[in-house]
Amino acid sequence: MSEFFTISVIVATVAAGVRLATPYLFAALGETLGQRSGVLNLGVDGVMLLGAFFAYWVALEHRNLWFAFLAGAAVGLVMGAVYAVVTLVFKAEQGISGIGVYLFGLGFSELLYRQQVGTPRPARSLPDVRIPLLGRIPKVGDMFFNHSLVVYVAIALVPIAALVINHTRFGLNVRAVGETPEAADSMGVSVNGTRTATILLANMLAGVGGAALALELGTFQQNLTNGIGFIAVALVYFGSWRPAGVLAGSLLYGLLTATVNQFKTLGIVTGGTASLATAAPALLTIVALVVIARRRAEQPAALTLPFVRGG
Amino acid sequence: MRARLQLDERLSGPLVAVAAVAAAFALGAVMILALGAHPWEGFTALLDGAFGGQRELADTATKATPLLLVGTGICISFRAKVINIGGEGQVLAGALAGTVAALALGDLPRVVLVPVVLLAGLIGGGTWGAIPGALKAYMGVNEILSTIMLNIVAAQVVNYLLRDPLIDPAEIERGTRIPQTERLSVNADLPNLLGGTRLHLGVVVAVLFAVAAWIFLWRSRVGYRLRAVGSGPDAARYAGINVPRMTMLALTASGAMCGLAGAILVFGSESHRFVTDGSSTGFTGSSGFNGIVAALFGGLHPLWTIPAAALFGGLLVGANAMQRAIQIPGSLVIALNGLVVLFVVASVDVRKRLSRASAKRAALATMADTG
Repeated sequence: MSEFFTISVIVATVAAGVRLATPYLFAALGETLGQRSGVLNLGVDGVMLLGAFFAYWVALEHRNLWFAFLAGAAVGLVMGAVYAVVTLVFKAEQGISGIGVYLFGLGFSELLYRQQVGTPRPARSLPDVRIPLLGRIPKVGDMFFNHSLVVYVAIALVPIAALVINHTRFGLNVRAVGETPEAADSMGVSVNGTRTATILLANMLAGVGGAALALELGTFQQNLTNGIGFIAVALVYFGSWRPAGVLAGSLLYGLLTATVNQFKTLGIVTGGTASLATAAPALLTIVALVVIARRRAEQPAALTLPFVRGG
Repeated sequence: MRARLQLDERLSGPLVAVAAVAAAFALGAVMILALGAHPWEGFTALLDGAFGGQRELADTATKATPLLLVGTGICISFRAKVINIGGEGQVLAGALAGTVAALALGDLPRVVLVPVVLLAGLIGGGTWGAIPGALKAYMGVNEILSTIMLNIVAAQVVNYLLRDPLIDPAEIERGTRIPQTERLSVNADLPNLLGGTRLHLGVVVAVLFAVAAWIFLWRSRVGYRLRAVGSGPDAARYAGINVPRMTMLALTASGAMCGLAGAILVFGSESHRFVTDGSSTGFTGSSGFNGIVAALFGGLHPLWTIPAAALFGGLLVGANAMQRAIQIPGSLVIALNGLVVLFVVASVDVRKRLSRASAKRAALATMADTG
């Protein structure tokens, strides 16, 4: 245990935790926006897998990492368009259609990987960028200000998302269609138009989250996310539908995962016990769900309810 | 007129389901073409590999067994409007309970031990389902999220147990440390039904439970109440039905079915061990999710879920043959399963609109007759 409590190990663990939190953060921020407009998307994990694969593939073939990110975002948009049709036009049960998206992403990303790449090949991974001044602060700089650009983008998205949701006309519409779609509709706000926008944004961010994961690792494999997208959905509840809460949850998840990994590397816990520790965040989330259920009011009132005028 | 209306509704279910699969396959054919292979050749190989002979049919039936049980459980919970996404975790919990029972009671004679391990599976899965059931019924916790979280917890607990306390001692001696139990008691092996194939008793058990679930849902008072809660919790409450108790029952029964699938996966396997590869879907082969596909395809009806499970079991088995024939990875089938789910849930609304339209036509006709 004492090996863990050295400055350098703690700095490395926190830095890894911030890095690991990034994919969760992208996906969960998108999901927050979607849920605030009343749409639950359980297919996040599948979209992340597709985003991860396409980003990895473009990184292999073209070596330009910006194109790789664009590919992740683009595949997210495509899946968003599909989900918007299924959810808004066909009014499908959201808890189930998301599983369809998940299975499609799981199967299709593996199919393309086996077909187009086959054997694991390393792609370029994202270079770290040390932020001037802040990055020079001893220890703190290494923990928080020496990461790849995506990490900063993800964190910058937190205040931006909060600003958009709470202080813009679009955000007002999003909240209105998520709470009282009938009232929003009678005020001339397009319910399905607003939801189309949030679904597209949410899925794009899920795709970017997957791209961040693959490009940070510089690799892809079957089921690379291993459930990150499902946890991201839970983090939205955990953070009570607020970007800052989602950030806290993502960092908690990232730090817990990094700590368990570090314990494993140092031999403090063996492989088996480490698995048990990995279950801790999920248990914590269940506790959070119980607490949130007690304060029901925070959940968007129209979550998962399709809008039918006069219905 | 009434007769025609009923016929419409009865036919529209299977028709829409078949259309959904046809549409998924059409998209699958486009994918195969885009990847530069022949769809026809691929699909023929797939069907041949799934249903082409005695051994293939036996493999399909074996693969369909967990799908049928999970699907039956999904029918029970979805009929009560309880969205159980926790099949994966409940399968693991049942497999674990069965394994522990076999380790503890391995000396019992076969006629006793086989029912005991299956019962343990039911109890293990039922318990894992009862947790989100109680959380939803009595604390209002969203079951979709709690069951997903419990999937993660179950996967990690299994990883821990199979790496440490329950690992085969021989794995430690050899230093290979594959996360698996020892070969479990021979007396717990599910009897083989057909020499030269892998067909075992689990298939019969699964079909029996599907029939039992149908009798429960449509021929028993409790089943009627459970469905009443599903069609309208408020109306059910006014009718004096204990809604929380039904919610609890739905998730527990659903979990028990999944748990039984888990036990059958262990004791009907070729290795007769509980083994994982460390990933969340390693042991289950995603049956906790694929069972949802089978149940939806079967119109959330346990009896229709039997042929649906056979179809999807066949697709999973045939995927390997397709891979050999046209070099398209078998994961295509998982992607197609996802599309089937999307098409089937999307079609529910279309069906509603169709039946509303035909009801309107019928009403207009009646008005014309009388007026």
